[in-house]
Amino acid sequence: MANVSIHDVHKRYDDFHAVKGVSLEIKDKEFLVLVGPSGCGKTTTLRMVAGLESITEGQILIGNTIVNDLPPMDRDIAMVFQNYALYPHMSVYDNMAFGLKMRKFAKDEIKKRVENAADILGITDHLARKPRQLSGGQRQRVALGRAIVRNPQVFLFDEPLSNLDAKLRVQMRVEIKKLHQRLATTSIYVTHDQVEAMTLGDRVVVMKDGLIQQVGEPLELYNHPANKYVAGFIGSPAMNFAEVTIRSVGNGLVAENSAMRLVVPDELKGRLAAHAGKPATLGIRPEDLRMANSSDPIDQTFEAVVEVAEQLGSEIILDVTVGKANMVASVEPTVKVRPQEKVRLAVNPAGLRFFDATSEAAI
Amino acid sequence: MIEGAAWRRWVFFRIPLALFLIFLLFPFYWMVITTFRPDSELYIAWQRPNYAPFWTWKPTLAHVQYLFEETAFLTWLWNTMFISICATIISLFCGVLGGYALSRLNFPFAGGLGTAIFVTYLVPQTLLFIPLSEIIRNYKLGDTPWALILTYPTFLIPFCTWLMMGFFKSIPKELEECARIDGASRWKAMVYIILPVAVPGILSAGIFAFTLSWNEFIYALVFLSSPEQKTVPVGVVSELIRGDVFFWGALMAGALLGSIPVAIAYSFFVEHYVSGLTGSVKG
Repeated sequence: MANVSIHDVHKRYDDFHAVKGVSLEIKDKEFLVLVGPSGCGKTTTLRMVAGLESITEGQILIGNTIVNDLPPMDRDIAMVFQNYALYPHMSVYDNMAFGLKMRKFAKDEIKKRVENAADILGITDHLARKPRQLSGGQRQRVALGRAIVRNPQVFLFDEPLSNLDAKLRVQMRVEIKKLHQRLATTSIYVTHDQVEAMTLGDRVVVMKDGLIQQVGEPLELYNHPANKYVAGFIGSPAMNFAEVTIRSVGNGLVAENSAMRLVVPDELKGRLAAHAGKPATLGIRPEDLRMANSSDPIDQTFEAVVEVAEQLGSEIILDVTVGKANMVASVEPTVKVRPQEKVRLAVNPAGLRFFDATSEAAI
Repeated sequence: MIEGAAWRRWVFFRIPLALFLIFLLFPFYWMVITTFRPDSELYIAWQRPNYAPFWTWKPTLAHVQYLFEETAFLTWLWNTMFISICATIISLFCGVLGGYALSRLNFPFAGGLGTAIFVTYLVPQTLLFIPLSEIIRNYKLGDTPWALILTYPTFLIPFCTWLMMGFFKSIPKELEECARIDGASRWKAMVYIILPVAVPGILSAGIFAFTLSWNEFIYALVFLSSPEQKTVPVGVVSELIRGDVFFWGALMAGALLGSIPVAIAYSFFVEHYVSGLTGSVKG
C-alpha cells in the first residue's frame, strides 16, 4: 500500500507538449480517476507513473521512492490495459502466474494466490483455457486477476472497460468498485467516460489539453464545477449554456438575453455584482429545468419550443430551442408535449451557474 | 463465391480455376512423367505414329537408379540439406533479433536503417558474387560448404529481418509492456512473450530462408567446384548435362527428388506459414 505523488510533471514529444505540468497527491488506498477527452494527456500521465513513458520534467514518487528512473518491473505496480494484453499463448493460469514466476515466488505460493484471485473473480473454471476461448468479460477478469495476484502497491487502469459492450461495462464497473473496497489498494484509473469516473472515483481529475481542469470528489465536480469545461463534461445529459448579460435591476441582478430573463438568486449576487453590465455564460443542468406552472414567478421561467421529446420511462428528455440556442431539459414522465409546441420551463434557482465569458472560470 | 445460376459459377469460377491449375501444375507433371519414361520414348521424334507425349505405357525406374548409382546425388542431397539448415539457422537468429530491435527499440534512425537493410536485399546476386568470391578466396573457403553457409546469409538476413520486423510490428506493444510491469526485463519479455507469439512469423521466415538456400544456384555454381561438394541444383545441372547431351530422365529425377524435402517442409508448416504471412495474433 502506498501513496503516489506527482510533482509538476511534463511530457514533451518532439513537437508536442502532451502533459503540461500535472501535480497530484494520491492518498493511500484512494481510487483516483483521470478523465478527459482523447489526447488530453491522461493516458500519458498514467504511463509515466507505470514507467512506460519517460518523464520529461518533474518527479513521481510511489511511497517515498522517487521512481523517475526505475524500470516498470521495479515500481511494484500492476496495470490493466484497454485491450487486456493477455498473453495469447498461455493458459489463464499461466497468464496470472507470469508476474509471480518472474518474481521467483515458490510454486505452491503461486498456486495459492492464483486460485484465490480466480475465486474472487469467478474464473476458477476457466484456468486451463487459452485467452481466445474466453468472452470479453472473462478476458477482462483475467486481466484484473493478473493484476491482483501480485498484490502490488498501486493498480493502474488504462480504460479497461472501453472494449466491452454497454451492459457488461456496467457490470464490470461494479465489480471493479467491489474489488477496490475489498483490496483497498491505491488505484489510478483512466477513462474518457464521465459516468465511470463519477461512479468509481473517490476523487476525479478532469483533464484537458495536458492540464488539470479540476480535482475533487464526484459530487463536488458536479455541483461546483471550476470552469465551463468541467461543467459541460461532468453530467449526462450535459449542462446547458446560454450567453447572457448581467444587469442590475433595483437592488437585484438579472441575467438576460433576447430569449430569457432570469433573476439571479441572492447567494450568487455577491460574486456576480462585479460583472454587472458585462457578458457571462449561464449554465443550467437539464435536471434543474422543469415544466413551469402558474405559481412560478415569471423571472424564474422562460419560453422554449420543443424540437424532440425522448421518452425514457423514468423521465422525458426534451430537446428545445430557446431563442436561437439549443437546450435540453429533463422533465417528469407525465408531461405531454408535441414537437413544435411552445412550453414554459422553470429553473431551479439553486442550479444556476455563471462562468466568466472570456476566462470561462466559474464566478 | 460467385452467386447466381450454375453456368455462372462454371464460366467465372470453375473453368478459369481449372485452367490456372493446369498452367501451374504442368511443369511438375512434365517433371514426373519424364522421370519415369524410358529413354526409348524420350528420344524419338514427335511426328512418330503412336507417340503419346503426355503419358507412358512403360514406366521405368532406370533414371532414378542411374542418378543414385552413377552420380553423387545422395552426397549432393546431404550437402544441400546441411548448407540450407546452417544458413537458415544463422539467418533466422540474426533476423529475429534484428527485426525485434528495428521494430521495438526506438533508437534514432531505426526506420532508415530498416529500409537500408531491405535495399541490400535488392542488390542482385549476379553482381554480389564477384566481390564475395574474392572474400571466399582470401579466407580459403572455396570448395567447402562454409563458402555457402556464410554467403547465403548476405541475402537471407535482410529478408528475415524485414519479414520479422513486419511481424513484430503487428504484435500489440501492450503485451510486452504488461510483461515488463509484471516483472520481466526487456530480454525476458522478448523470450517468454514476444517470441512465442511470433512463432508463425519465425516459421514463415525459416521456410522462406530454407527454400531460398535450397534452390540457390549462382553462388553454389561459383564457389564449389569438386563434384562431391556440390548442391543438388548445381550438381544435377553440371553432371547430367555433358556438352550438348542432356540426360533428361536423370535430370528430371534429380529435380523431382530435390524438390521433395522443400515440399514436405511447406506442407508440414503450411498452417502456421499462412497465418504468419497474414500476421495474425489471436488474442
